[in-house]
Amino acid sequence: MRKRFLILAVLLTLVILPACGGSGNEEALKIAILAPLSGDVATFGESTRDGALLAIKERNAAGGVLGRQIETTVEDSQCSAEAAVSAGNKVIDQDGVSYIIGEVCSSASIPLSEIVEAKGVFQISPTSTNPSVTINEDGSTKSAVFRACFIDPFQGTVAAKFAQEQLGAKTAAVLLDQGNDYVRGLAEFFKEAFEAGGGEVVVWETYTGEDQDFSAILTKVKAANPDLLYLPDYYSTVNLIGAQAKEKGIEAIMMGGDGWDSPDLDTSAVEGGYFTNHYSADDPRPEVQNFVATYKEEYGATPDALATLAYDAANILMDGMEEAGNDDPMAVAKAIEGMTFDVVSGSIAYDEHHNPVKSAAILQVENGKISFIDSIAP
Amino acid sequence: MGKSARELARAARVDIALDRRDGVVLNRLAQGLFALLGLGVMYVLAQAFAESPAIFVQQMLNGLQLGFIYALIALGYTMIYGIVKLINFAHGDVFMVGAFTSFYVISGLDLHRWPAWLWAGLPEGVVILIGTITVILLSMVVSAFLAMAMERFAYRPLRNKPRIAALITAIGVSFFLEYFGALPFVYSNNYITYTRPFEVTVYTAGSISPWAIGGAWGLFLLSLAGYLLLKWRSRQGDLRAQSWIRHPLLQLGLLLGGFFSVVLTLAGVQIETGGEIWDLSASNVTLVIMGSSIILQVILQYVVNRTKLGKAMRAAAYDKDAARLMGINVDRVIAATFALGGGLAGAGGVLYATAFKQVHHLMGIIPGLKAFVAAVVGGIGSIPGALVGSLIMGQTEVLAAGFISTPMRDAIAFSLLIVVLLVWPQGIFGEPPGEKV
Repeated sequence: MRKRFLILAVLLTLVILPACGGSGNEEALKIAILAPLSGDVATFGESTRDGALLAIKERNAAGGVLGRQIETTVEDSQCSAEAAVSAGNKVIDQDGVSYIIGEVCSSASIPLSEIVEAKGVFQISPTSTNPSVTINEDGSTKSAVFRACFIDPFQGTVAAKFAQEQLGAKTAAVLLDQGNDYVRGLAEFFKEAFEAGGGEVVVWETYTGEDQDFSAILTKVKAANPDLLYLPDYYSTVNLIGAQAKEKGIEAIMMGGDGWDSPDLDTSAVEGGYFTNHYSADDPRPEVQNFVATYKEEYGATPDALATLAYDAANILMDGMEEAGNDDPMAVAKAIEGMTFDVVSGSIAYDEHHNPVKSAAILQVENGKISFIDSIAP
Repeated sequence: MGKSARELARAARVDIALDRRDGVVLNRLAQGLFALLGLGVMYVLAQAFAESPAIFVQQMLNGLQLGFIYALIALGYTMIYGIVKLINFAHGDVFMVGAFTSFYVISGLDLHRWPAWLWAGLPEGVVILIGTITVILLSMVVSAFLAMAMERFAYRPLRNKPRIAALITAIGVSFFLEYFGALPFVYSNNYITYTRPFEVTVYTAGSISPWAIGGAWGLFLLSLAGYLLLKWRSRQGDLRAQSWIRHPLLQLGLLLGGFFSVVLTLAGVQIETGGEIWDLSASNVTLVIMGSSIILQVILQYVVNRTKLGKAMRAAAYDKDAARLMGINVDRVIAATFALGGGLAGAGGVLYATAFKQVHHLMGIIPGLKAFVAAVVGGIGSIPGALVGSLIMGQTEVLAAGFISTPMRDAIAFSLLIVVLLVWPQGIFGEPPGEKV
């Protein structure tokens, strides 16, 4: 028993000591990156870490923020609530960090944002799309929690706008998985925007996640003969629906969201279709091309959407610090609320719920390749 | 003093009678409710038909493709149940393995084009035909071996244990196959786009040669004439006609001719009613599925009804101990049944993957369950029942999705099971003794 107390005491000192030491250091600003570096989505985490580290490295080379260098801590938060919470507690209490970039997954970002809110530090999630990341249960906005990506439903709005203005679509068919929040969100916002723009949704059909045979729904779509077929699901289901639609002789243009963004997308099934995404490496804007070139030089690969959003998140945070003029997380949050950022994934301003209002990239599947078409602001 | 034993007994009898009467009332209520529900469904469907017969018929064509795939899986369930009284829940996973086998030999080895390796000048059509048949046969062999292995290692040791043990083992085997497949070095847990062994062609009005349509009708009418002639002769007491009437070739002619003539006519001939042009279509995938499913089923019927193995299977299904006493190696017969059922499921897997162009380690669960329901609806243990039940299942699903409610399609399809079990506990084809396998 005594031995166990001894171990506990030693452990406690180990935990407390660095925290005391850390808070005394005024020289470097500390930013923690929390990302899943192991498990199913380890590649997401690695991209996120690389993107954020690149932004910080560039800023340090240019003299740092507020004249101070930035020191980073990277923790593996495993895309899980428990790991994110313990990593969050560790970096805040032990390492004395007041700024966190992360997590990737909404399921981890939400519990993390609760700790952040309680401890009065700052968090920006590059890619978590769930609205609750920035909103408290009572509907109020968390004081210093932001995100760099647009929330899911936004893509539906952009898709409707693009379909009407650029493709001239007057009628649309929407197929959605009733049980999937992501898909339903996109579909509902698409419908709202499409109808607001004077279009008509002639087919609105739901299916379940296990369905593989869509012939019955597609027969209805064919009979209605719409201009556009909106498929806001993940690539696995889109592959099935797209192939069957082509066989049914449906000529409507297909359109979808960032769920299509996968090397496993069956390009022959959705040939000619369009989808909305966070960014495209083919976007000719100088911000994008400079970033792609630097990233390639640093890591030898083309950055994916996760790396890009993490890079943007880090830049938004550091620009906010510069604007605020001090390193008080609440002041930084206030500063970010009023700013507009020209970052890689577009021009960003924040709405009252700390969700970015920004443009989305429109990509087209053409001759088996995915090419950049346009960047659309809401 | 208390009541006498006789009074108590009488009271108990009255109670039972009351219970029974309550039960009758409840049953009547349930039946009435189902009848009402059935009428409602009929009304909705009739209305949909009246509104646009073309779309209705197109939906039925969609359902046909689904039904024929379910039939191949349902046959395995029904045969295995017929002999060992085991619902082999891992059957849907044998189907999945069949699909993956074909995926690997097609995209890895290009086996669907093997005749072109030997003789470069071979016409494309012949290459594809022989190649596709090879791929299907290979997947059938792999699935058959898998099913046999499953029987040998998981079910045979439990044959004399309570039946529930084998049932639970079947669920275990099913999970094993599914999640063993999910391992990154097996199939991975990703959705994989399947490469079809042949290109898809969609037939619409005018794109099918009249010779093909005429040929299908000719085959059907000829077989029908033969059937009627034999029926008439056997009525007259001709014993040879009585045996020929069930000849597999005659069945093949009737089924192939019947289904192909109708489908080809609907897809290939311009039909017009009341100013509406029926714009129907059928793809070559549907035709291949229909054709291979019918051919495989007739072969199965032949094996079961006309070969020594089939006789042994029927005997074992009837009474295992008596069959053993007659010198039948029941273990071998059961292994052969699993092989046949597994082979058919494997073929079903190839056809399913060809139709939907995707393979996944959990792809067997839902088709497997639906085929199981189809087998029960048709009468588990009965081979014609499996075909009829599967076609009903396919139609139910597609018509429910098309005209009632898409998210409810599976709910409706599975409630078919409950309704059929309430009305015909034996299924539509029951269990005619001697026919069971």
